[in-house]
Amino acid sequence: MSFAKSLRCRECHREYPLAAIHVCEFCFGPLEAAYDYDAIRRNTTRESIASGPASLWRYKNLLPCDAGAAVDIGAGFTPLIRAKNLGKALGLNDLYIKNDTVNPTWSFKDRVVAVASTRARELGYEKLACASTGNLANSVSAHAAAAGMDAVVFIPHDLEAGKVLGSSIYGPTLVKVRGNYDAVNRLCAELAGSYNWAFVNVNVRPYYSEGSKTLGFEVAEQLGWRAPDHCVVPIASGSLFVKIRKGFDELAKIGLIDPPRTRMSGAQATGCSPVAVAWEEGSMNFRPQRPNTIARSLAIGNPADGYYSLVQLRDTNGACGNVSDEEIVAGMTLLAETEGIFGETAAGVTVASLKQLAERGRIGPDELTVAFITGAGFKTAEAVAEALKPPLEVDASMESFEQAYEALQKAEVPA
Amino acid sequence: MALKRVRFTFPEEMIKEPVIYRMGHEFQVVTNVRMADVDEHTGWVVLEIDGDPEEIERSLVWAQSRGVRVDPVVGDIVEG
Repeated sequence: MSFAKSLRCRECHREYPLAAIHVCEFCFGPLEAAYDYDAIRRNTTRESIASGPASLWRYKNLLPCDAGAAVDIGAGFTPLIRAKNLGKALGLNDLYIKNDTVNPTWSFKDRVVAVASTRARELGYEKLACASTGNLANSVSAHAAAAGMDAVVFIPHDLEAGKVLGSSIYGPTLVKVRGNYDAVNRLCAELAGSYNWAFVNVNVRPYYSEGSKTLGFEVAEQLGWRAPDHCVVPIASGSLFVKIRKGFDELAKIGLIDPPRTRMSGAQATGCSPVAVAWEEGSMNFRPQRPNTIARSLAIGNPADGYYSLVQLRDTNGACGNVSDEEIVAGMTLLAETEGIFGETAAGVTVASLKQLAERGRIGPDELTVAFITGAGFKTAEAVAEALKPPLEVDASMESFEQAYEALQKAEVPA
Repeated sequence: MALKRVRFTFPEEMIKEPVIYRMGHEFQVVTNVRMADVDEHTGWVVLEIDGDPEEIERSLVWAQSRGVRVDPVVGDIVEG
């Protein structure tokens, strides 16, 4: 059973039944799951959570679907790592990495799709659908396969072969859409309105987005039941950014942690930075952009939760990084070389933003800071390939190796 | 007849132009502003457009040709 009692408009607070709807009919505000927190409080303790499965389903009482019938491929409960080496490089003394690259399809999207697919099946849907440039497509395809549901996945026609394969292995109906970013977007909006399918980030979005809260739950539990001082989170639609903080707030509401004072900072790539630009201009109105960045998993030019991200930046005294493609590549290599974690381009955005914000004094050196690494690097390997040093190539002889190794060492000695 | 909901975003140089009024005159569509926020630099309007589906499409192509950005009201559908 679930303790969700209704959907509620985030703007005008009108209530709706727990159906496959996502926009308020009166004010067009987004709908969000509302819960019976008193009942959750009575039924949830730190111990009951700790004795649950090592997945996001340990937080079942705070999710809007029945965990007893979960579509479970093992999403969530990923490592929280004390990042001493990266912290030293950036002058941050209490830095942690939440490593969500180790999810079943190697990105945090498994959290949101786990919840969306479970709820979609409860609502009687037989088809899961999405439009994606990679991570979401992979996760929807995998969850549909495990759930015995059909998947229809729309992708841009020019998507890299590796990302196409990462979905097609699970056997979905993959549809390559010819056209530019705007055209693909427009078609998918029309499709979502025309077909009675569960589009995970459209008509079941109120359930989907709740999956992101589990990142907040886990971080608080892994820190010994406390919220961090500061979080740095990549912003695409803005939903992840907003929901992590909601996770801390809900744990406080049911009495499991003290009220959080967490500062929430965002991270965007300059080539798609509607939130970062509005933040820099001091405006609460972002201007949609046409994305042009190597961080394609963050390339949302018209973010659904852009406004709410700006509100959260303001209300929590956060800041927003805005980093170039070159800085993104440098961020990816810095993370790999200091912590042994190969994150995708979005990870590069997060680490580069962490560096930018630390250098500008927007993150205090002694704040307990958590950086969220949301996807694995092999998904975007081509982005860093040229920036890496090539391997030594030698003949199968000691002499050849020693010659090459000596030359390498001489070349690496600083002048 | 069809009803379509879209979000118009106006660049700074378009703020003073009565685009929605002209759209209703030049095309057989009924426009209804449902939400809006406009300041001196930018502005957005959530609009309901009622009419023949092809006429709605023509009116939106016209609005885009004037420099207005037209998006689905729920934001971008394509995700990473």
